[in-house]
Amino acid sequence: MAKRLMYLNRRAPHGSVYAAESLEVVLIGAAFDQQVCMAFVDDGVFQLLEGQDTSAIGIKNFTRAFKALGDYDVTELYVEQESLTERGLSAADLMSITYEDEDDDWNEKPSMQIVSRAQMAQLLEAQDVVFNF
Amino acid sequence: MKFGILVNEGPYQHQAADTAYQFAAAVLSSGHELQRVFFYHDGVNNATRLTTPPQDDRHIVNRWSQLAADHGVDLVVCVAAAQRRGIADVDEARRNGKDADNLAPGFRISGLGQLIETAIEADRLVSFGD
Amino acid sequence: MATLHTVNKSPFERTSLQRCMDFALPGCAILLLEDGVYAARTGSDYAQQLKSLADVRVFVLGPDAQARGVSVDATIGVVDYVGFVELAVEFSKVQSWL
Repeated sequence: MAKRLMYLNRRAPHGSVYAAESLEVVLIGAAFDQQVCMAFVDDGVFQLLEGQDTSAIGIKNFTRAFKALGDYDVTELYVEQESLTERGLSAADLMSITYEDEDDDWNEKPSMQIVSRAQMAQLLEAQDVVFNF
Repeated sequence: MKFGILVNEGPYQHQAADTAYQFAAAVLSSGHELQRVFFYHDGVNNATRLTTPPQDDRHIVNRWSQLAADHGVDLVVCVAAAQRRGIADVDEARRNGKDADNLAPGFRISGLGQLIETAIEADRLVSFGD
Repeated sequence: MATLHTVNKSPFERTSLQRCMDFALPGCAILLLEDGVYAARTGSDYAQQLKSLADVRVFVLGPDAQARGVSVDATIGVVDYVGFVELAVEFSKVQSWL
């Protein structure tokens, strides 16, 4: 029976390697046919900001790979509302990440859902395994 | 019960590697199975055999090697993270044109799939990091 | 399914303990270890906050409190590494707030 795996992202991108290397786990893990989701809490929400350009700091911009998540069947990205609000952000500030729903004529749908802290807590509780980086 | 351990930090910099080891030892002394210890991020630095810590303090790398020797614990170092940080076994060194290898006894280098496999196969996955 | 939440950083350094308290649902447990034990000091505000969580058992890893000279608030249970393993067995998963 497939396990429910959550990848919990709480750190900002680029200032440390955690965000980039945890995405590598997600992409590798996608091949294992489990029920996976990603959660973005605290500074983790900064990973999803639109308009990140790392050229001047000389570091590869791994966040571009988020757009490919749909191709890897990772279609559930939960973003915590309170973490956005605390940082003066809204959904409009985030990049667009979509997937093609094979059960609905390959219609393109958004992968991101904004949920409350209380909902995120319930979601975390429902998982079999949570990856923390 | 079957345990998996994820070590996300290198030796000495933070307490994570120590706590992970103490937890691993407690898992075994309690009669449970330790399916794998997976080293990721700077955790791969737990696997270099080139450390020379002061004699009156713990030898973190050797402690892990001893765990593998005494209990057959599978110590796995992520290949991608290891390549970034300069941890290599004989094969990796040759494959990447390096003039030396440094993997400590008891460790093996493998892919992230081993971490996912542990998450699936173990009853509990416990993470240690900064 | 109830979760064992662990916190390894001082609440004065990071928001991890706060986040843990937000996420620990009734029936869960919290284990403070490494620098997280500073939240467990006798009479501290954090010890009070932890006590006020409804139906959440709170523990501290004794060896870490001892190492830091922290006297643990009477409302908080003390376990060793074997006790940590026992808690991990009792609860259905371990959530590490780093």
